[in-house]
Amino acid sequence: MFGQFDFGVITRNLPYLIKVGMMFTLELTALVIVLGIVFGTLLAMMRLSSIRVLSAFATAYINLMRSVPLVLVIFWFYFLVPYIGAWIIRSPTPVRVGAFLSSVITYSMFEAAYYAEIMRAGIQSIPRGQVWAGYALGLNYWQSMARIVLPQAFRNMVPILLTQTIVMFQDTSLVYVLSITDFLGAASKIAERDGRYVELYIFAAVVYFVICVIISVLVRRLQRRIAVIR
Amino acid sequence: MAMIEIKDVSKWYGSFQVLTDCTTSVEKGEVIVVCGPSGSGKSTLIKTVNALEPVQKGDIFVDGVKVNDPKTNLPKLRARVGMVFQHFELFPHLTVRQNLSLAQTLVLGRAQREADERGLRYLDRVGLASHKDKFPGQLSGGQQQRVAIARALSMDPICMLFDEPTSALDPEMINEVLEVMQQLATEGMTMMVVTHEMGFANRVANRVIFMDAGHIVEDAPKAEFFGKPRSERAQQFLAKILHH
Repeated sequence: MFGQFDFGVITRNLPYLIKVGMMFTLELTALVIVLGIVFGTLLAMMRLSSIRVLSAFATAYINLMRSVPLVLVIFWFYFLVPYIGAWIIRSPTPVRVGAFLSSVITYSMFEAAYYAEIMRAGIQSIPRGQVWAGYALGLNYWQSMARIVLPQAFRNMVPILLTQTIVMFQDTSLVYVLSITDFLGAASKIAERDGRYVELYIFAAVVYFVICVIISVLVRRLQRRIAVIR
Repeated sequence: MAMIEIKDVSKWYGSFQVLTDCTTSVEKGEVIVVCGPSGSGKSTLIKTVNALEPVQKGDIFVDGVKVNDPKTNLPKLRARVGMVFQHFELFPHLTVRQNLSLAQTLVLGRAQREADERGLRYLDRVGLASHKDKFPGQLSGGQQQRVAIARALSMDPICMLFDEPTSALDPEMINEVLEVMQQLATEGMTMMVVTHEMGFANRVANRVIFMDAGHIVEDAPKAEFFGKPRSERAQQFLAKILHH
């Protein structure tokens, strides 16, 4: 049945698929995990803040980002970021940001909204007494957040952060709308050039699957290592 | 000048008044026990002393510093006031040693080594030196509460607040915590203790405050309080708690 298929097309183009395509996808994912969780945590803290302006801004931002499709946000930032950049550095012409940087900014801003809701639940899961204990010892807001609340909130949220990260990893393939060569982009370029659609799309699916399983296993190990003894 | 001074303090949760015109003081070296039925506001009152609970009316002074003044550096003040909680509130993600040293290094700016030394000295005093590398979850309730006391003492506090320190403990663990507290009192520590342990009050307290429905109903020397409380409410409370 597979007689007319040529899976050799994969091995012949493996360097391109991995070095160009997969590197882009992994670099983007890694940067977005870090930036998304950092921004998301800040957003969560703002949303829980007693300062009204901060919580209103964070709430509006999170709701907006979670109500629009990712593809729309990708287009939006791709065309908007050069103008925002120009405004920031007061340049008369739009700034050339580049596909990679533009994707990093887009996905970080988008994922931050989702990570923010996860971290908010995490922060709220820490009993008030823990914060009291920190304050009673003389810690200020930032110290008690950084040393007491967030380390525990993060541990509690690892499974959900992982789920969100796996979704995000798969969603990075949407950069194809900007004609960027991520892993899926690389696979489809070769598929089109050589007319080998079935082979390459099967390969792509298998690779995404394997990577997601590996991430799950690694995170489960990490979770066991950092688990709090109760 | 009193170590802790509470003057005409009132507090509301929304429209519900939890504290009404509470006035009392704790002199240096004095031990006072605050008791009363649940919901009487005693835990809220003790938390107003280090501003974990803000008040809407009245004034609170600790060592002459006004607590409810927006200009007061609260972290600095709180670092000098030790507090022990009903549910221990050790930090579960940190070892005992780290629990003891965290605020010393972060707030007092002590070197890690110095903080560890001091923490371990107090840990030894509460009889738990061998548990320094364990996590709080590996200790019994009584042990956790003793660590919490050591953690507060490591900050060299000028006074100690205890908010129902034995209420969450199994009966057989209550005494090990009370003994540590009694030892502390004999060394002259200024202490404000919210507790139902009337035996402890009788042995250790200088004065007993009885609260009901947000009011300080009785504020009397120990002998007087246990001898013949003036208010009917306190008489009923004592009768119930002593003869159960």
